[in-house]
Parts: sequence; structure tokens; C-alpha cells
Amino acid sequence: MHDLQPVTALGGTSPQVDTFDHITISENDGLALASVAARRGHEKACHAGLKKLLGAVPGPGRCQLHDPEAGFWIGPDQWIIGAPRQTHELLADHLKDLLGDSASVTEQTGAWVTFDVIGPAMPDLCERLCAVPIRQMVAGDAQRTVIHQLGCFVIRRQADDHIRILGPRASAGTLHHALILAAKSTA
Amino acid sequence: MIIDHPLLGPRDSAEFTYMGDAKLIDRPDWQAATAAQDFYEYAYLRDNPAGWHEELWFHEAGDRSWLVVTRNTLTHEISKVELARDVARRRGRST
Repeated sequence: MHDLQPVTALGGTSPQVDTFDHITISENDGLALASVAARRGHEKACHAGLKKLLGAVPGPGRCQLHDPEAGFWIGPDQWIIGAPRQTHELLADHLKDLLGDSASVTEQTGAWVTFDVIGPAMPDLCERLCAVPIRQMVAGDAQRTVIHQLGCFVIRRQADDHIRILGPRASAGTLHHALILAAKSTA
Repeated sequence: MIIDHPLLGPRDSAEFTYMGDAKLIDRPDWQAATAAQDFYEYAYLRDNPAGWHEELWFHEAGDRSWLVVTRNTLTHEISKVELARDVARRRGRST
């Protein structure tokens, strides 16, 4: 028998947390993710399915903060849906059952690294990291941007000092380095 | 230069990549009798207008959509921005 040990995106056995006086950067290992792309001609059925799941269909630049499933817009007729991994490990399968032929669904859990950035210096840190207008964004705004040459999503969460950043998992170390650098420069 | 994205609003052009003349949407029929000549023209011949020009821009650091941007090459003024898929479908492509 193989004795395999799951590791987080940063390679640890448990998610990494970096705590500073003004900011906390936590690797979030607890998310299941899947992408949904409405098929041409089936947009209405896909929207109806998403509405049933999330309560509303997130429009351009928006995230539907909802429990347990949440979703954000990534492009025309495309979304990423997230849910707690503990309870929704088979999220992509569930979405496919729900949406049927109205959408193409792709498992995304292993494609992204997620960081929660929380603290009073969050807007300062975000301004050093990327070009999103963080002070104009409100809870539920989600934007794709470039951080350290990496295409990332920045989602403004319910709490005023909380953003969630999703970046490519294969470059988790680079994104983490960028976050730590920005945290130190705002100290 | 600011590109007014039809879905996301005004965005800095640094977020976009220029992908060429919007005529690239009009890909010739590969089965036409004149296909060789058509593809030679499609691939190599471009107008280079001093003035209004329809261009393809890719929102690489954004929502990854392709846009058709009507831009004045003399002044960089942008008069119109549309999703390339809407333009293509209007021309009978991807229907």
C-alpha cells in the first residue's frame, strides 16, 4: 500500500498562516472549486440552475457570497463556483448533475491556491500588489488582475478588511512571496 | 490609453494585448475554389490606415474576452468597443 500524505498548495501538511501586526495572510486549503461555462443556446437554463444554487447569478465583476456554495463571474457566461471542500469534494459532479447539458463544468480545485488576506492594512497591501480599485470595491466585487505576472482573482469579502485572492496553484510560492513582500512593505 | 470594456467599464490598455486587425474575424472558406489566394490575402495583406481602424484586443489581465475596438490611429481616440463574439455573430460567424 502506498502511504500518501496530502500537501497544501505551498507544500505543507497544514495551511500556512503568516501573521503580522497589521495583516494576516492565510493559505486557505478548504475550498472545492469548479468552473461553469454556459453552452450556446442554453444560457437561460444555465442561469436558472445557477440561480437555484446561489440565489442569484453573479454579473460582470461580481461575486455571489452565499453558503455553502458561492460563485463569481470570470467572463461572459462563465463562472467559478466554490464551496467547503470537506462537504463538497465532488462539487464538479454535483454541478454537472444540476446543470446537465446547459453548461460545461470543469473541476478546478487543484488548479488554484487561495489566500485570505485580513487586517486593517488590507487596502494598502492590495494597492501595492495589483491595479484593482480596492477602495472603490464593495463586498461581493470580484476582479481578475495581474499580481507578480500571475493572473489572479481578487474578491472583496463581507468583512471590510478581508480580501480573498485566487492564483495559479503551480505558482503558489511566487504569489505567497508577493503577498509577504507587500505585507512587509506596508508594516 | 483607456479602453471602455462593454462589460467591465473603463480599463487601462496595459491590461489588454493587441491581437491584430479585426478583419481576422472574416476567415475565408477553406473549400472555396479561390482558397489559396483568399488565405494569402487573409494572412499577409493588411491595410495600414492613418485614421479609423477596427482592431482586436484581448483582455489578458481581465475577463479574457476578445474585443473589437474602433480606434483612430492618429489620435488614439476610441469611438466604439464591442465584444468580438457579438461582431462575429452579426457577420454570420459562430452562429
